[in-house]
Parts: sequence; C-alpha cells; structure tokens
Amino acid sequence: MATGSARKGLLVATLSTLVVAAFVAYTIGSSPAWPEVQKAFFNGRYFSTSLPAVAEAFTINVRLFILAELLILPIGLLIALARSITTPALAPIRIFATIFVDFFRGVPSILIIYVLGFGVPALQLDGVPKEPFFWALVTLVLIYSAYVSEVYRAGIESIHPSQERAARALGLTRVQALRYVVVPQAMRRVIPPLLNDFIGLQKDTALVSILGVVETFKQAQILKAASFNFTPLMTTALIFLIITIPMTRLVDRLAAKDRNAQLGGTR
Amino acid sequence: MATVKSAPVLALKGLKKRYSGKLVLDGISLSLAEHEVVCLIGASGSGKSTLLRCADLLEPIDAGQISLEGERVAFEDRNADATRRKLGIVFQGFNLFPHLTVLENVALAPRVALSLTQVAAERRAKELLRSLGLAEKAREYPDRLSGGQQQRVAIARALATEPKVLLLDEITSALDPVLVAEVLETLRSLALSGMTMLIATHEMAFAADVADRICYLEDGRLIEEGTPQKMFGAPRDPRTKEFLRRVRSISAPGTTRPVGTRAKRTVRAKR
Repeated sequence: MATGSARKGLLVATLSTLVVAAFVAYTIGSSPAWPEVQKAFFNGRYFSTSLPAVAEAFTINVRLFILAELLILPIGLLIALARSITTPALAPIRIFATIFVDFFRGVPSILIIYVLGFGVPALQLDGVPKEPFFWALVTLVLIYSAYVSEVYRAGIESIHPSQERAARALGLTRVQALRYVVVPQAMRRVIPPLLNDFIGLQKDTALVSILGVVETFKQAQILKAASFNFTPLMTTALIFLIITIPMTRLVDRLAAKDRNAQLGGTR
Repeated sequence: MATVKSAPVLALKGLKKRYSGKLVLDGISLSLAEHEVVCLIGASGSGKSTLLRCADLLEPIDAGQISLEGERVAFEDRNADATRRKLGIVFQGFNLFPHLTVLENVALAPRVALSLTQVAAERRAKELLRSLGLAEKAREYPDRLSGGQQQRVAIARALATEPKVLLLDEITSALDPVLVAEVLETLRSLALSGMTMLIATHEMAFAADVADRICYLEDGRLIEEGTPQKMFGAPRDPRTKEFLRRVRSISAPGTTRPVGTRAKRTVRAKR
C-alpha cells in the first residue's frame, strides 16, 4: 500500500510538472518575437561553433576555483579560530579577523575585484605580480575565506561546550581541546554549507572576466561581439550548470544524511 | 581523625562562588587525606557540582583557596592545565568524545596532555579498560555503548592521567537503576584500591557503604560532616535530619542500609 501511494505521488508530480512546463513553453513560444529571440539566444549553429572555445576557456575557471578552494579551506579555518581567541593579550588578532570578515562579506565581490585587480598592480611595487589571473585568485580567496570562516565558526559553536570542558578537565590546553576535540567534530557538520559556498565561488569565477582573464564568460563575450549572437553566453551557462547541479545535489544529500544522523543518534 | 600526620591531598579553604550575584558556594572548607573517600550529599542546587567544578579548576572562585598536595593552585594559574592532569573528574552526562573510539577517548589525554607516545598511551588505555571490564569495547564508538558502559569509559578516561584525586559529579544520575549498580561497583573497587575520591551523590546506601566521611551541603554551606555511622545513624544538625528524613521517605525500603556494612573495607586500612 505504501509503495502504491508512492507511485501515485510520483505520477501526480510528473503530470503536474509536464502541464506547467507545457504551459510555460506555449506562452513563450507563442509570443510574437519568439522566433527572433530564439535566433539570437538559442541558435544551434552558434552553439556548436562556440562550444569548443568556451569549453576550453572553462579550464581557466576550473583552475581558478580549485586553487582558490585549496587555499580557502585552511585560511578560512585560521580566521575562524582567530575570531574565537579569548586571551586578552591576543585581542588584536581577533579584532583584525573580525574586521576582515565584516569587510569582505559586506562589499560586493565585483567592487573588490575591481579595486584589488586594478589598484594593487597599479602601485607598481617591485615583486608584486601583475598577472590578472594572480589577482583574480587573490580576490576570490579573500572574499570566500571570509564566508567560509563564518561556516567554520558556526560549526565550532555548534559543538556543545561540555565537550571542550571535558577536554580541559583532562588537562588539555585550550588549543589542544580545539585541535583534538572541537574542530574534528565541527568539520563533519560543516561540509554541506562549505560545499554550498564553493558553488557560489565556482559561479563567481566568471566575475574575474572584468580583469581581462579570458575565462569562459570572457571568451563567450568575445564570440558574442564577433557574431552579434548571444548563443555563446548560453553555452557558458550550460557548462556552469553541468558542474554546479551535481554539486548542489551532493550538498542536499549530505545535509539530509546529517539530519538523519542527528535525529537518530545520541547527541 | 587518626590520620592527623599525613597532609591532605586536596584542601579547599573558604571557597566562595557567585553566579550572577547569587552565592552558590558560601565559604566551604573541606580536605581529603590520601586514600580517603568523601561523599557530598544534599539536595539539587546545594552546590555539590559547583564545588567539584571549582575544585577541578574548571571555574574561577570568588574567594578562598585550593591546595593540591600542599601547593596552592588556582584557575588563573599559568600551569592550571598541568594541575588539571593531577585531578580527574567524571560528569553526570559522561561527555565522551563521540568522534573517537573508546580506546582513543581514554588514550587522548595521555598522548596529548602527558606527551606519551601513541603506543604507550594506548597500552595504558587498554590496561585501564581491561581493569574496568571494557576491553572488548575498545574499538567501539561511544554511541554503541550502554549508559553504564559509557560512564565507565568516562571513569577510565579520567584515570588515564593517573590523577591524585578523582572527583565524581552525580555520575549515576543519568542512568537507569540497572546500570547504576555496575557503575557503583566500579567505584567501590576503586575505593578498595585506595583511590582518593570526592563523590557527589544521591545514592545514600552507596555513600554509607563506601565513604569514610559524609558531608551534608545546603545552600552552598557545609552543614555537617562525619562518619557514615554518625551522619546516617545520629545526625546532629536539624537540617541534616530533615534532609535524610525526606530522602528516606521517598526511597524504597531496604535501599538505605546506613551502618554495619563496612566490615569488608578493612582491606583498605593501609594508611
């Protein structure tokens, strides 16, 4: 009976989805200018000609977000730990970390990319790299370290204080208690929201196109300008979706697993 | 009383502790000689748990002093972590580390706080677990164990730094009656082995059986102390009498065996 009602539910869901999709398709397709729009945005010929170049440029995005993620994981944790410092003498570190997070979370990413990417190289300091890719990486790492540090901090604070007290009672120092007891437990809870932030990061790699890095979005813009057709941009969108949708599903599954574990397990 | 000569292992003098203005400990003085077992009794909120947490340097005190083996120690000390290694505490809620196996729970402090090698720390942990009858649980995670087993692991963990004194904070209160027995049995054999212990408990029969001295606390004050015979047989203070009367009225008949069960404890007369 249970499987029967499940099958019925699936059937209803499929039908209603099809009806809505058909309605949307009809509404758009029957609009007077649809043939023009279709030609400008969803042109099969331009899709197949733009795909190789746009896909190749996407490898720049991949390099960018993989490098950035590898740097963000430890930096974000360090910032989160800096914000949990209680020793009065080390207060400057905590205050600096707080300002850092407030600033990079509070200013639009595109502004930070502009200012850092164009401003710092313009200082013409010796030994400061000028390559746009380098500055693209730096800005993404700074912005997303701020976000990820908050994720870590929430994870650390979700561990009950009795855990730290038990560790301290055994004679562990505060740092040891964090290192061996609190942080390892926090890590598990932090994975889904962390991946969520990484999805945002992967999309935001397109922003660095303003620095002149020829990544996938920039490449699509170049093709668009050459052909007066928007289809290359749609190609890029499709490539982003191929990466981000599986990741979104993974996050959902991990989060659901986490929830079950917390409901089923003891503390 | 016969052990005037030996200096106390743990001495608390005039402890005062406030929580947001309210006096929770109001000048408590108490000392434990080596091998001595002292039970703290009293209603919830009388200050037993706070006293243990302050004695373990887990919380600062507002007045008074704490000495361990004749040396003054305090929460604010730079080497308070080292002092905590010489004190073991077991909590009511076990507080085991859920991400570590039983063996890792017990071996963590020896490895990290005492800087033993991994091998030495695990050897010590295994010995402790075996002595507490938990050897076959070493590879399990805490959530696979019964409450009684978890609490015995917590005792093993507290013993792993070889503390001079073991503090126990109502460690059977979160257990069902069947599991209480196994944990109390563990404490009884620790007492027989000569462990110095300060035990906050609601188990009057157990306290009568295992304690050298009973202390009755009320409103953060030490009202009366004495041998179990005296405290359960002929308490002097009216407040102690009233507390014990109320405890007896709610506990099932036969669970309070105040005196006369101490013959077997002569084994411990090594001081």
